[in-house]
Amino acid sequence: MKVLVPVKRVIDYNVKARVKADQSGIDLANVKMSMNPFCEIAVEEAVRQKEKGTITEVVAVSIGPAQAQETLRTALAMGADRAILIQTDLDLEPLAVAKVLAAVIAEEAPNLVIMGKQAIDGDNNATGQMLAALLDWPQGTFASELEISSTSAKVIREVDGGLQTLEVALPAVITADLRLNEPRYASLPNIMKAKKKPLDIKEAASLGVDLAPRLKVLKVAEPAKRTAGIKVETAGDLVTNLKTAGVF
Amino acid sequence: MAVLVFADHDNASLKDGTHKTVTAALALSPDVDILVAGQGAKAVADAAAKITGVRKVLLAESDSLGQGLAEAVTALVVPLMSGYDALLTPATSQGKNFSPRIAAKLDVAQISEIVEVVSASTFVRPIYAGNALETVESADSKKIITVRPTAFKAAAEGGSASVETIDAGAGAGKTHFVDQKLVKSARPELTGAKIVVSGGRAMGSAEEFQRVIEPLADKLGAAVGASRAAVDAGYAPNDYQVGQTGKVVAPELYIAVGISGAIQHLAGMKDSKIIVAINKDGDAPIFQVADFGLVADYKSAVPDLMTALNAAGV
Ligand SMILES: Cc1cc2nc3c(=O)[nH]c(=O)nc-3n(C[C@H](O)[C@H](O)[C@H](O)COP(=O)(O)OP(=O)(O)OC[C@H]3O[C@@H](n4cnc5c(N)ncnc54)[C@H](O)[C@@H]3O)c2cc1C
Ligand SMILES: Nc1ncnc2c1ncn2[C@@H]1O[C@H](COP(=O)(O)O)[C@@H](O)[C@H]1O
Repeated sequence: MKVLVPVKRVIDYNVKARVKADQSGIDLANVKMSMNPFCEIAVEEAVRQKEKGTITEVVAVSIGPAQAQETLRTALAMGADRAILIQTDLDLEPLAVAKVLAAVIAEEAPNLVIMGKQAIDGDNNATGQMLAALLDWPQGTFASELEISSTSAKVIREVDGGLQTLEVALPAVITADLRLNEPRYASLPNIMKAKKKPLDIKEAASLGVDLAPRLKVLKVAEPAKRTAGIKVETAGDLVTNLKTAGVF
Repeated sequence: MAVLVFADHDNASLKDGTHKTVTAALALSPDVDILVAGQGAKAVADAAAKITGVRKVLLAESDSLGQGLAEAVTALVVPLMSGYDALLTPATSQGKNFSPRIAAKLDVAQISEIVEVVSASTFVRPIYAGNALETVESADSKKIITVRPTAFKAAAEGGSASVETIDAGAGAGKTHFVDQKLVKSARPELTGAKIVVSGGRAMGSAEEFQRVIEPLADKLGAAVGASRAAVDAGYAPNDYQVGQTGKVVAPELYIAVGISGAIQHLAGMKDSKIIVAINKDGDAPIFQVADFGLVADYKSAVPDLMTALNAAGV
């Protein structure tokens, strides 16, 4: 069984994003970039499934600039077998990413896709669902537990109010939530080994996929700043202040 | 232009997120219909028909719609969209699950979690954990949008739209519902509550979380929330998580107990009207957004707060 894991290179989750002065976007110059945390969880899940024997091959794929090779090397160091970079300097929207992934899937024919539920830059939470739609595959989103058998997968999903369990026929798209696992750190020997694993590079434009944006970004602005209030000395002072503020 | 609003409900009652999404929809067009997709959800449709400004309510019922399965909802909604220019869905976990699937079937973008309608084609949405607000203009013929309910006022009630039963669509196909474990609580729902009390990693155990946070929430008639750290450690259930990738809340009063205030947590609560932080570390980032900060060990501060509330007759 082969699994495809799409991974995105994004601003590191510890870095506070800064809006450019001309409001054209986020300043990413000299900012630390890393693998999207939810994609790390997806890679970890695929590798664990391989270690359990349910999966035989893990293929990581990223769509992005040349530097996304670093992200793919991280996936390889975590245990992916090979990697594909679909290279583009365009900032693709989830629909275009899903179309590119569908084209990769047409070639690779995986039995399963495990990906992140959300990229922490655009916060769209859309690509996995869109990919499932384009392929007409079932989807198991926001997974906190995944059990794979030969023809189906059982997914426990985090939903409002609790947990839902679904069984989806394979092939299917699974998107990872925070509680699916805790990703490993790649060991130094594995980072070294990852350098020798295959990483194919293809130009996005060569896939014949419609990459055109559907949304025009008119402006990226900073939200209204919240100013720090006051420190109170005691719980009694707190209640007095809340009463004055009209809460009670 | 006609807009379809997807109703948020649990088959028994209509949720407030629907009213808020109707407000967003009415900013696009006066022609707003509501779709109630569920099972045994007639009462929900009747409640939706009372929302002011709604033209009519469509009711579609089947088991897989009642279970909220994305494939079933997509099969129902995609053909309906030939009669609509926009679909607005509250950004609940269910909405986030099916809405992008519908968008891709229609070959259009999804505009995720809008917080403002600028015009019928231009919207504002948070990106980068709310550290930036992006204004986007859509070139698509149909707008598929999820709406952050806390950013909109609830539409009033007083209308009397008609309810029309429609065919439930083709079902869920290759997805099967196995079961569902929902947390039953007598407390108000997190996303709509007027007061929220949240606990963080400082609680140290599920027992301590319950011992400290719940009585305070009960006293205030508040909903209970948690940081990711508290949820990951099993102190609180997953659907209590407030933040970038959890629930977004904007109550009148948010009380954070033993929460440091990471950007991912702030993304889910910084639009609260009044923020109170109780943290023993005076330098914790939560104090940068708190209106009232109490630098103290929660172990003494929360009991003191209960006493002070009693003394003040709250
Ligand atoms: C992809 C991604 C998504 C995320 N999404 C979310 C999200 O949606 N929501 C979320 O909350 N987090 C999210 N996080 C996690 C976030 O980065 C923080 O790790 C998390 O919010 C920390 O939780 P905490 O404040 O409870 O714990 P900590 O940061 O450990 O803070 C505990 C605080 O308790 C205080 N404390 C300790 N003991 C006491 C005491 N006795 N009395 C008073 N105070 C005390 C400490 O001073 C400290 O400030 C996400 C992270 C990633 C990478
Ligand atoms: N450029 C990309 N390359 C590879 N995978 C991506 C890309 N963009 C999004 N994804 C995948 O889609 C998931 C959800 O992203 P989004 O829908 O943008 O929030 C991510 O966690 C990735 O698994």
